Amino acid sequence: MKREKRHEPDLALHIEDLTVAYEGKPVLWDIDVNIPPGVMAAVIGPNGAGKSTLIKTVLGLVKPTAGHICIHGYPPRQALKRVAYVPQRSAVDWDFPTTVVDVVMMGRYGHLGWFRWPGKRERRRAMDALSAVGMEAFANRQINQLSGGQQQRVFLARAMVQDADVLFLDEPMAGVDATTEKAVVALLQELRDQGKTIIVVHHDLQTVRDYFDWLVILNVRVVAQGPIPEVYTGENLRKAYGGRIALLDPDSSGETPDAVPREVVN
Amino acid sequence: MMQAFLGDPMAMILLTGALVATSGALLGTFLVLQRQSMLSDAISHSIVFGIVVVWLLTHAQSGPLQIAGAALTGVLTVFLTEMVARTRRVKRDAAIGLVFPALFAAGVLLLNLYARDIHIDSHTVLLGEIGFVWLDTMPLAGFEVPQAVVWMSVATLVNLGFVLACYKELKLASFDWQLAAALGLAPTLMFYLLLGLTSVTAVAAFDAVGAVLFIAFVIVPPATAYLLTDRLSLMLLLAVLVGVASTLCGYPLAVRLDVSIGGTMASMTGVFLLLAFLLSPRYGVLGHWRNRRVKYSG
Repeated sequence: MKREKRHEPDLALHIEDLTVAYEGKPVLWDIDVNIPPGVMAAVIGPNGAGKSTLIKTVLGLVKPTAGHICIHGYPPRQALKRVAYVPQRSAVDWDFPTTVVDVVMMGRYGHLGWFRWPGKRERRRAMDALSAVGMEAFANRQINQLSGGQQQRVFLARAMVQDADVLFLDEPMAGVDATTEKAVVALLQELRDQGKTIIVVHHDLQTVRDYFDWLVILNVRVVAQGPIPEVYTGENLRKAYGGRIALLDPDSSGETPDAVPREVVN
Repeated sequence: MMQAFLGDPMAMILLTGALVATSGALLGTFLVLQRQSMLSDAISHSIVFGIVVVWLLTHAQSGPLQIAGAALTGVLTVFLTEMVARTRRVKRDAAIGLVFPALFAAGVLLLNLYARDIHIDSHTVLLGEIGFVWLDTMPLAGFEVPQAVVWMSVATLVNLGFVLACYKELKLASFDWQLAAALGLAPTLMFYLLLGLTSVTAVAAFDAVGAVLFIAFVIVPPATAYLLTDRLSLMLLLAVLVGVASTLCGYPLAVRLDVSIGGTMASMTGVFLLLAFLLSPRYGVLGHWRNRRVKYSG
């Protein structure tokens, strides 16, 4: 047996001194993030704060300039199967000639390994996941016939069949109907209750307190992180969003305000 | 009997055409879906540079060395394009347009300066001459087999093997590059393999159909199939069928009209595309019109 050398094994996600730059311009500057297992965490911040870049760096899609990342104590390359990713819906071509159940089966490709074709087992797993998100009736539909909310459910089903410990979702609530948003949140909370760690790039400040129990506020640097009650404060939000935030509740000098960032309102 | 078949000009012309169509459509399907069709244009032009350089160094006009050299040129084209695009001073489509004419021009210049005796001239570079493929033979297993048939068969088998072995990897890389990367299924490697094989196939097909007509066989049949089906596997199959049907229809038409055989075969791919565009049940103009009527009449 090879002796395992794990760094910070008790954290679902551990990021230390991470800097990411495009063309010499820092998008993330010297950030440290620690997220314990079994929480549902939101990553919020203004446009250009580096939220998507953070997730893409963790997944190895973007190369960091400096710093290191551990998932359950393993470097990302050794943790490929522990991590699932739900990209923004616009990241793929929905006119691609394929069916709903095919897209969900893609979540099993990593476990299948190179050259092996997906078979009955993968199809069964995909159908189970489609039932869980209420989409089994759409299994054989062409994907360009789906609404935005249905696309999001399919993506979620695909992430579920990956059997990952940590799920990253990039703005899963963007542009979906209210019913889908509720269904997605309920499913994610169920996964969290099973012990999985859910990390969501989120854009709607008004729902942060209702949906999540952990929060990372980002604006190139980490503004604040921790359990929602400690971190979701007017002071922290103002620090991150600056003048672009309109606090609906300006009298209460900061504790848990209803905040609407202006860029979302526009 | 076998030798009679291999010595029959018409059979060899049709076989060569069908092999070019098959090998082209197998790769073209993924290029079209990845929105990289025009890279096949760039590759099929810049390999002229590779062909001339290999000829100058080794005097090999065909065979493995020629194919390897030109394939490297194809991959070099893509690599240079990505490099120019990555500077972000030039957009990616413009980068393609900067790189391949430079290599193509260099190839033509070298051809004019040092290689006047080589079998290719500016006419065959563009159109090839599929009508003469049966003349240029090589011995194989006791038979005299046209070189074009031998090398196109190899290219077709390699492409088929690649698509069958890496079907799911190619599919995922085409549909969701980020997930492919996150799962460790190397979409960038798949991309370069795909383009490397496109170069190899372009070289093998070069004598038969030339640089420009090759593009027609890579892009048009998959674009036609895309209009006809919602399944990737069916799209591959239909693309191959459309390509092969184009060669089979194109030959008699060319003989009848006394025009370029390769050109007529390529034109037929365009005819099939037009038919699919008009008549496809779901995505065609007619289907669209009918669906709307059904929708609004009820």
